[in-house]
Amino acid sequence: MESIITTVAGPLQDVTGYIYPNEFELHWELLIVLYPYLTGLVAGAFILASLERVFNVKELKPVYRLSLLSALAYLFVAPLPLLAHLGHPERSFEMFLTPHTQSAMAMFGFVYAWYLMVVLLLEIWFDYRKDMVIWSREKTGIMKYIYKILLLGAMDISKKSLLFDDKVGKFITIIGIPSAFLLHGYVGFIFGSIKANPWWSSVLMPIVFLFSAIVSGIALILVFYMITTMFRWKKLDMQCLNKLVEFLIYAMIVDFSLELLDFIQRLYESEESINILSQMISSRLFLSLIVSQIIMGGIIPLVSLVWARFGQVPNEMRRIVYFIAAVLVQVGIFSTRWNVVIGGQLFSKSLRGLTVYKIELFGLEGLLMAGFLLLLPLGILFVLTKILPPWPDAETKLEQS
Amino acid sequence: MNKKVTTKTSRREFILSCSKALPLTGFFFFPLSPGKSLLALESGAYDPTKHNYAMGIDIHKCIGCGRCASACKQENEVPSEPHFFRTWVERYVIEPNGEALVDSPNGGIDGFPDLDNDVEILRSFFVPKLCNHCSNAPCVQVCPVGATFTSRDGVVLVDEEYCVGCRYCIQACPYGARYLHPEKKVADKCTFCYHRITKGLIPACVEVCPTQARVFGEVGLRSSPLRRFIRFNDIVVLKASLNTKPKVYYAGADGEVR
Repeated sequence: MESIITTVAGPLQDVTGYIYPNEFELHWELLIVLYPYLTGLVAGAFILASLERVFNVKELKPVYRLSLLSALAYLFVAPLPLLAHLGHPERSFEMFLTPHTQSAMAMFGFVYAWYLMVVLLLEIWFDYRKDMVIWSREKTGIMKYIYKILLLGAMDISKKSLLFDDKVGKFITIIGIPSAFLLHGYVGFIFGSIKANPWWSSVLMPIVFLFSAIVSGIALILVFYMITTMFRWKKLDMQCLNKLVEFLIYAMIVDFSLELLDFIQRLYESEESINILSQMISSRLFLSLIVSQIIMGGIIPLVSLVWARFGQVPNEMRRIVYFIAAVLVQVGIFSTRWNVVIGGQLFSKSLRGLTVYKIELFGLEGLLMAGFLLLLPLGILFVLTKILPPWPDAETKLEQS
Repeated sequence: MNKKVTTKTSRREFILSCSKALPLTGFFFFPLSPGKSLLALESGAYDPTKHNYAMGIDIHKCIGCGRCASACKQENEVPSEPHFFRTWVERYVIEPNGEALVDSPNGGIDGFPDLDNDVEILRSFFVPKLCNHCSNAPCVQVCPVGATFTSRDGVVLVDEEYCVGCRYCIQACPYGARYLHPEKKVADKCTFCYHRITKGLIPACVEVCPTQARVFGEVGLRSSPLRRFIRFNDIVVLKASLNTKPKVYYAGADGEVR
């Protein structure tokens, strides 16, 4: 056995068993790990915002606007890793002009455009309109004109028009919830519908993607809220934090149960692929799946969040635990994306061997590029918060008219 | 003079006048949908609708010389590095316990190294692999721009002028038959040597096979050599459970082949 493996490996020392010759190269790399991670944050942050707007969870008011702006910042960046990964990025517009209607991927542009144009931008615009009108009157210099341009001439802030804003905003959020589900469920479908790949092919994939998206979105806003409040020297709204953590816990429990169900189902069905997949989990994916995703990004934060939220814990301690747990959850969700995308390519479709993935440092698909794309939304968010401050104290009060 | 001037068009009138213009759009777009004659390669010379190409592979006859893989690389300018193949040959060694050991060093082009003495062989055979030109091709289904398509003569092709290089098709192919061309940055795969078969020639791999282990022909044509091959052999296709409906038919393939 050993001898034939070494002959197979030959120059390819890191390959164990047999892989098809064309499988030596991994086709979807780090950037494609980023793509579902980023869109997940968008969907998660938006669903969090809709909790306040549609389901009237008033405690979440302080993070409502912050979540909308974060969703927008991440949505701007979400297609960039896809674009950078294409062999011919200059042809990407063909997906809009001549989409192949049977292709799951061809719909990305439309789902994305719908979400950006119809849902996020409109909702943010209607939500901020009143404030923008007032700011455009109060501010001076270039900011005044920025608001005037953004307002598109809609300067009416009579009671009737504000009521209309509120109504439309609520309506868009209601459309937005299924849209957010669509956006990320669809990303799951891109993977889940590949029957050639037993690691991906699962009906649960879109749902698992969705709930992990909600988990990552809530955790992200929790981190953003804590950091921004700290840097603005304001007091954290403990009620809001507690509510965020409660929702985070619920989402994590659902997410964890779904993934466990998927795992048990696979193990119990024990299909042809089970041997190679178990080999992969116990060797290639051990660190990223067992350690990073399940233990560090799942069990530890979940247990500590439950303890901090419902135990007899001083607020000071609570905040520290919340923060660390939310950061761990981010690591966990990133590992989830990694394990789906990279894991799905580490085993051969001949089900006879495993390959390895080596990250490049430079280049369009390298580590530096990925780091840049992860930081870019933060930069965009910073600019957005300068133009449209999401802080509760920045909201204008309408003077008597 | 009580001429009534209507300046406003009602919604009903607007829609009605639009509907009148509808047939006109068909007139404008007509030249954009080429007729059959426009699509034929040379008028009258070759009618793709009259063919449905496929291949048969006789495992018993394959000696693993790898000439097919080598000829394919030359004929189709496939990159010479060992990780890009339109066709390759696998060696299967079945041990007495039923375990299969598989290898394909450099796609079989340089032949196969001797097995160690301690490997006990129950039986051994070679399996040439290539794109299966599935009738229900998952790669065609997933291509976001339709650059991968099934031609009217039943060959799955890639339009390299159109492919965006997203590699979804490579992920969707259960057979590992596709790769990303390192220079062209587009998906690449076996075309059954489309440039040859449309001229009445056979694919390069079939041409050079010294044992006639590969049989090229057409589905549904009585005079085709493939017809005889399918008639007189027990045929299997690879990964039939995935319902891709492959059109590369294997005779004598072991259950271990996948």
